[in-house]
Amino acid sequence: MSTLVIAEHDNSSLKVATLNAVAAAQAMGAGIDILVAGASCGGAAEQAAKVAGVGKVLVADNAAYEHQLAENISLLIAELGAAYDNIVAPATTNCKNTMPRVAALLDVAQISEIISVESADTFKRPIYAGNVIATVQSSDAKKVITVRTTAFDAAPADGGSASVEAVSAVHDAGISSFVSQEVAVSDRPELTSAKIVISGGRGMQNGENFKLLDGIADKLGAAIGASRAAVDAGFVPNDYQVGQTGKIVAPDLYIAVGISGAIQHLAGMKDSKVIVAINKDEDAPIFQVADYGLVADLFVALPELEAKL
Amino acid sequence: MKVLVAVKRVVDYNVKVRAKADGSNVDLNNVKMAINPFCEIAVEEAVRLKEAGTATEVIAVSVGDKSCQEQIRTALALGADRGIQVETDGPVEPLVVAKLLKAVVDKEQPQLVILGKQSIDGDNNQTGQMLGALAKMPQGTFASEISVDGDKLNVTREVDGGLQTVSLSLPAIVTTDLRLNEPRYASLPNIMKAKKKQLDVYSPADLGVAVTSHLTQVKVEPPAERKAGIKVADVAQLVDKLKNEAKVI
Repeated sequence: MSTLVIAEHDNSSLKVATLNAVAAAQAMGAGIDILVAGASCGGAAEQAAKVAGVGKVLVADNAAYEHQLAENISLLIAELGAAYDNIVAPATTNCKNTMPRVAALLDVAQISEIISVESADTFKRPIYAGNVIATVQSSDAKKVITVRTTAFDAAPADGGSASVEAVSAVHDAGISSFVSQEVAVSDRPELTSAKIVISGGRGMQNGENFKLLDGIADKLGAAIGASRAAVDAGFVPNDYQVGQTGKIVAPDLYIAVGISGAIQHLAGMKDSKVIVAINKDEDAPIFQVADYGLVADLFVALPELEAKL
Repeated sequence: MKVLVAVKRVVDYNVKVRAKADGSNVDLNNVKMAINPFCEIAVEEAVRLKEAGTATEVIAVSVGDKSCQEQIRTALALGADRGIQVETDGPVEPLVVAKLLKAVVDKEQPQLVILGKQSIDGDNNQTGQMLGALAKMPQGTFASEISVDGDKLNVTREVDGGLQTVSLSLPAIVTTDLRLNEPRYASLPNIMKAKKKQLDVYSPADLGVAVTSHLTQVKVEPPAERKAGIKVADVAQLVDKLKNEAKVI
């Protein structure tokens, strides 16, 4: 069994999601290599070589891969993937963009967002917003898989000493180009890897009120998230969204404030270890999944909570 | 330019779907069906392009059994000009859907194909990208804004860190995210008019595509249930529980 794991990185460093994908790959068997495709991505490659249990790091360093354009990277992965039984990637927006193209180029199915490895060809994955878990068996000789990162504990970032091998193949499809990126800069931890997340919903009423979450997040070292309703209403940017179609999180502590608990939101956070809900509506569905529920006006409860922490 | 929009018939987003007791499949008996919400956004975007004079014709296509004609009619009522159904026996895998759509693309030669980023039943998030690879077209997935600029298409995409804008050569693929637009409601006169619009039916064989299966659903089961916890009286008790019982802060 051999597996090529696709690294999620920003050229200078490796993202934790890669380690979750390595862990899933380990559950499939030994023989794991990592592909770092980017531009001036030596930093990320160096970190990838230290990941425990990795045999080889393939580095494709070229301007064509700088912005992870799916049209270019999918051609590279399909070529390199020919030598492997499995091609595994974390279900980040980058890899969700690229991997189905890889699968189509190889004429195989993609198995999206697996949450467990049952055997070499059988996996579990959530469907219907996580209301049902399906066990699926693949008949493809080569498997293209994305991994729900919250379902696999990250492989150790240190302890390995993989060899680093440059890949000379350059694929530039020439049909797409990068224009610009608006990236939110924040001192807070990343939403998907934070130990504590505090999220606001429609009950926050406006974007200004999200500041009420700031002080609590600072004290707890938490990331701030939001429900779709809050994002759609323009309170906060899209990258805050937790849910079926936003980010999937599973922190040690998830605090839902002014969030009613639609199934689409629950799909993104119900695997959190401890869930706290603060809502003035005592019948809100969020209380059905909360370990600790506080029926209260959030505009009173939040300042009090901040003071008591 | 011609715009092709793919639509899928799925369980209505308000329905909480459950696994059957014997684990053989999900229970879809007497469940309300609807057009996939992301596909509805795709139709709306195509219709807006036509209203703006950018698109000349909007074609709605769906892959499925006869019942999916209902969702094609919904798209026609929202403003699509004509429909195409590719008739299959029940659901087919995303790769097959992509191959069937590729055949429709070859036939119709659209400059733009708009699809939902994922369907809320399988949650696969694959078909648009697969079609892109098969048709050798660039893709703007998870789009929150698109604009046609000559023979290029600018797409602003919702990505993990925020927003990314890419420029694509036409013809191109777009998959929709939630904030691309807010779909309109179909008016009664438009629903009536939609019944008379052209709807062609093809079989996979007509399109030269073999319906294959790469995945078998072995079983389905409910997820691990979370039990509802307790209600705390006040903030002080909440902080105490988090510190001393759950030990998470």
